[in-house]
Amino acid sequence: MSFLELRGLGKRYGDIEAVSSCDLTVEKGEFVCLLGPSGCGKTTTLQMIAGFVPPTSGQVFLDGRDITALKPSRRGLGIVFQSYALFPHMTVAENVAFGLEMRRIGRGEREQRVTETLALVHLDAMTDRYPGELSGGQRQRVALARALVIQPQVLLLDEPMGALDAKLREDMQIELRALQRRVAITTIMVTHDQAEAMTLSDRIVLMNRGQVEQVARPYDMYERPNGQFASTFLGKANVFSGRSNGKSVLAGDRWFPVEGNIPEGDVDYIIRPEKIEIVDTAPLLHGKVSARVFLGNHWLFQVDTPLGPMHLTQPNTGMPATGEGDVIGMSWVGAHARVVASGTSR
Amino acid sequence: MTPSRNTLPFWLSAPSLLLTMAFVALPLVMTLSLSLYPYDLTTGIGDGMTLTNYRDIVIDEYFHAIFARTFGMAMLVTVICILIGLPEAYVLSRLSSRWRSVSLVIVLGPLLISVVVRTLGWAVLLGNEGILNNALRAIGIIDEPIRLMFTFTGTVVALVHVLVPFMVLAIWASLQKLDPATEHAAESLGANQITILRRIVFPQVIPGVLSGSLIVFALSASAFATPAIIGGRRLKVVPTTIYDEFLGSLNWPLGAALAVTLLVIVLTCSLAMNRFVEWRYRQVFQ
Repeated sequence: MSFLELRGLGKRYGDIEAVSSCDLTVEKGEFVCLLGPSGCGKTTTLQMIAGFVPPTSGQVFLDGRDITALKPSRRGLGIVFQSYALFPHMTVAENVAFGLEMRRIGRGEREQRVTETLALVHLDAMTDRYPGELSGGQRQRVALARALVIQPQVLLLDEPMGALDAKLREDMQIELRALQRRVAITTIMVTHDQAEAMTLSDRIVLMNRGQVEQVARPYDMYERPNGQFASTFLGKANVFSGRSNGKSVLAGDRWFPVEGNIPEGDVDYIIRPEKIEIVDTAPLLHGKVSARVFLGNHWLFQVDTPLGPMHLTQPNTGMPATGEGDVIGMSWVGAHARVVASGTSR
Repeated sequence: MTPSRNTLPFWLSAPSLLLTMAFVALPLVMTLSLSLYPYDLTTGIGDGMTLTNYRDIVIDEYFHAIFARTFGMAMLVTVICILIGLPEAYVLSRLSSRWRSVSLVIVLGPLLISVVVRTLGWAVLLGNEGILNNALRAIGIIDEPIRLMFTFTGTVVALVHVLVPFMVLAIWASLQKLDPATEHAAESLGANQITILRRIVFPQVIPGVLSGSLIVFALSASAFATPAIIGGRRLKVVPTTIYDEFLGSLNWPLGAALAVTLLVIVLTCSLAMNRFVEWRYRQVFQ
């Protein structure tokens, strides 16, 4: 049995289904991200695991034990809140020591563990400061230390990077990843940032409108999205609706290449912008470049085609020969395309 | 010609400054100067300046008792208001928004009615033949009526009723600023509800308790209508004594001296309390 398991976990507010029957298994030491747009039910799911929101259906199992009816204070999970929720009237050390006090751990061991944990998050020099005197990044570390010091079975993170600026966020992501590996703690994080989810997690749980869309490793989810939503939420994608005969896909009046077994009937044909090449001979599709944007490590082209606007990117290897207003030919190989039956995506 | 940038703020604030000068500062100065005049029972207010009035207040045990009663009462009222106001404000902040607005109206409703009317209502309730005593006798809990009118207890009860909304409002304001996630955080760390209230919620609303206490303390130390009606002549406090000196004995300088003494003590107590709590809970104020 897996370490943490959600079985048909659901939450209904009147007529609104915030989370509908969520099934998920998390292995010990795994880092799982709940990813999705706001209002998709990811935070509600986390709150149900934490015990702050009682589920209307389903169960939560931790290490083989049903904890669905257990109070949050008895679950022993470490939680980092979006606002960090530090106790403003306590010093950093007092904040971190609080959970140990509640566990009636003696003064000596308490102080030792607080010191160790603060060293872990590089805050050993800040023990006597108050949260009001710390920067955003430091507050986040305190929140992390406070959650980790009780040696929780699972660490829950609710949009922990939300309040940080972009540069700091990247640093903290890498640091959090390293820390999670070092402590080897099972972690579930909620985020709406797909880049963050890809950076941090072993597996991503993609949610939309209260439903789990796809559960996969970041690479697999990016390369093999199971529907239109997954393909466009995680990275950019060009999606055509078309008809499949099992060997090729007809979109508009053109046939597009595929590889392997594909469903027949109405399908979505998905191709990533970086998989498209600009070619002079035998293009799959013609189009006129309507915009060319420089993004540092690559160039982004928006191309008007008979099938609607498309995006393609090229690595930055110098000024591209193609400019706005040029008519170009585009091509790609069938192995890079992804075909899913339409309607699998909500 | 338009006034220059530098004088404009002065002109704009001049009306309110003048109003404050005329109706606050000037009467205070006049009271202060009045308190320094000598007074004689036969000749009335005399000429010259003297500290006799203040000396009388300092040495006369009659006044000691009145001051002790006033501030003892103010402190007791403040403590009771904290004990009632703190849970009341907390419960209020936890209600759904619809019930909260209804409850707020109930809490604040009494403020819309004149203090005199509310106090007379208490007089009806607390009298020897009042509703409370009659009810208690009817149930058979007591044989003799409990004396509540013209007593310390009765006055404290009425003052608490009059002043508790101020405490609730002040605490409620600081509860609004409290991040509800801190309670969840404490819970997830293993704290029970009582510990959360004692260790997490209460320390964070100290600023509200403090400002509420300052208001309640100052208002109950200087309350006139309630002690005058419920306490009567039997239970004198400083404000009713001042009233009697001015309108009864016509000893205006002594009344003024009492007023100045009351003001100084209230100010000192308030500032000291403020300093102490700010020092003790400085982190919360950041």
